[in-house]
Order: sequence, then C-alpha cells, then structure tokens
Amino acid sequence: MHEWALAEAVIAAATQIAAKEKLKQITEITIKIGELQQVETDILEFAFQQLKPANLKNTKFHIKSQKATLKCRVCGNTWLFARQQLDPAIVEAIHFIPETAHTYIKCPKCSSPDFEITEGRGIQLEKVTGVR
Amino acid sequence: MADPRTSIINQRLKHINRIIAVTSGKGGVGKSLIATTLALTLSKQHRKVGLFDLDFTSPSTHLILGTKDAQPKEEKGIVPPTINGIEYMSLIYYCSDKPTPLRGADTSNVLIELLAITRWSPLDYLIIDMPPGIGDAVLDLIRLVNRIEFLIVTTPSQLAFETVKKQAILLQQLHAPIIGIIENMKMTNTKNIQQQTEKLNLAYIGEIPYDPQVEDAIGDETKLLSTVIAQKITEITHRRL
Repeated sequence: MHEWALAEAVIAAATQIAAKEKLKQITEITIKIGELQQVETDILEFAFQQLKPANLKNTKFHIKSQKATLKCRVCGNTWLFARQQLDPAIVEAIHFIPETAHTYIKCPKCSSPDFEITEGRGIQLEKVTGVR
Repeated sequence: MADPRTSIINQRLKHINRIIAVTSGKGGVGKSLIATTLALTLSKQHRKVGLFDLDFTSPSTHLILGTKDAQPKEEKGIVPPTINGIEYMSLIYYCSDKPTPLRGADTSNVLIELLAITRWSPLDYLIIDMPPGIGDAVLDLIRLVNRIEFLIVTTPSQLAFETVKKQAILLQQLHAPIIGIIENMKMTNTKNIQQQTEKLNLAYIGEIPYDPQVEDAIGDETKLLSTVIAQKITEITHRRL
C-alpha cells in the first residue's frame, strides 16, 4: 500500500493547485506513471476514491503509463527497463525507491551503473482541471 | 507537469516537534556518530526520536546504531522500524548494502521519495544525518522542509573549519536556522574554533574530545552511551536542545 502515500501526494498537490487557481471543484486529474516504479494502478485508484476530499467528490482520474527508458552515460546505449528479468526482491526495492535501479541494474552493453533514467521514473501530475 | 510528492512532505512531518539536520561542510568529522549518539541520548531522556540517514551514497548510521534484522513495514507508505527505542530510516533497506552510485538529480529524487512516503510517528525530534558539503541534500532540505534546523559539526582542523565556515555562511544567506557548531575530536585546549565560531555570530555549543575507544562501541548501544562522546552530547542536549 505504498501507492496510498503516492495517492495522498497527488491529492495534496491537486488541492494546492486548485487553491492557487481558485477552483471550487476539481473535475479531472491526469497523472502519468512511470513504469520503473511499478505502481499498481488498481490500488492507486482505490486510494483516490477513499481519500478524496469534498472538492474532489466528482473528480475523474486519468492514469497514463510511460515506459521506463534508461540511457548509459558512459557508452550512450539506450534500453528499456525489463522487470521480468529481475529478482522479485530487486523489483520491490525499485518499486519503493526507483533510484535503487542504480544499485542493481547495469548497462547491458558496457556494464556501467552510471546511467540516466530519461523517462518513466515515477508519478507526475500532468493536468488538473476544474470549475471556479 | 508537476512532481506531486513535494506537496505532501510537510504534512508528513507536521507531528514532529523539531527536525535537526546534523551537517558539515567537510566529511570525516564525525557527523554520523554525533547524529546517532544524539538520537540515542535524547531517547534515553524519554523523548520520542527518529533518525534519518540522508547520506545515501555512504550510509553508516545503521552500523553505529546496530540495526540488526528490523525492516520497514509497508502500510499506506513506509513505517520505519524501531531500533533501540529510535524510529530509523535509511536507503540501506533498499540497496542491500551494495554500492549505490547517485548523481545530483537522483539524490534529490531519493530524498523526496523518502520524505514523501515515510510515515513517522509523532516525535519530539527527528535527527537527520547529512552527507558532507553544501550540495543537493542541504539545498533540498531548505527548499522542502519548512522547520529544518542545522547543527554543524567541525573538527579543530582549520581545513575542516574553512569548509564549515562556507556552509555556515550559505545557511545564513538562505535564512536557515543554525543551532550552533560542535567541535568534535578535540585534542588540545585551543580556543581557535570557538573564537572563529563567535566571529560568525554563531553559538559554539560544545566540544567533544577525541576518543580512540569509540570504535569498540560501534553497533553497541550500551557501550556507545557510556562513551565520553555520549556524555558530552548529553550535556549539550541539556543546555541547547
């Protein structure tokens, strides 16, 4: 239920945006989830439904997913994160802290752990819309 | 596109009375030992204490504390284990004691993730063991944690103090509260560091003698609390915290 903490963060961020933009009701929230963190969208959606405050009563949540792309800083090789090739304990560590990918994953071409997570890391709040 | 995690951080920390980052411009001055011993001595004074290791690439508080097999629990986030009466969190739980090379943006992401998902109990003190220098961790804590205070550690070495001075000036420029400076590993009676601290308009909050026996106390709470270092830190907590 680590997703619960992330759902709370999304709602807190959306609520702050709504206050700043003087929105009385938030109608839609769009979030992008990076594959690296392997967030369970069912749990996230359940958490949203359980947590949402009054101004999010009728909010529609849109959840997009994004492939995780890694780029080696040494040889320039680019590759996709492949969960199925990893030990479950490693998958779980990366789920909690995606940067632990640097502990366990190496560039398939040159074996360097010095790579960049170019996209698909974690949760991003893409869009918040509402009515004033 | 916004990072929602930063919006929840101060809510996660709202039931913590004081958040103290033990920091230094220089490495090797004893920050981790002081942070851990400070957490233990406060806990022995019946305060509720958390210890958070932010030295992601070179963590050591787990060794000083003797964390054994306790693990964080997943419960609507991460609930830190309690070790020797202290709630404890470190990246070490997720990197299996293996090297974790992190660049600046990665360091910030780990810090934000752990601050956003860790569910501390209501605490009197959260003690943070910082990495050396004035890089991402210091700047991120000032940016993200409203009530952060800094406790600076130096040694009698002028080389150490020169970097500490830069850090203190930076923190002053950023209006970050500084509790004061501790002089660690003191071997002579010189007042040099005290005088230079006072020139910076900062509190010189105590000196801790060099103790070659402390190595034997690593990982053993009872031995650690009987060291001169622990006695001196206890005095500091009575006077300053």
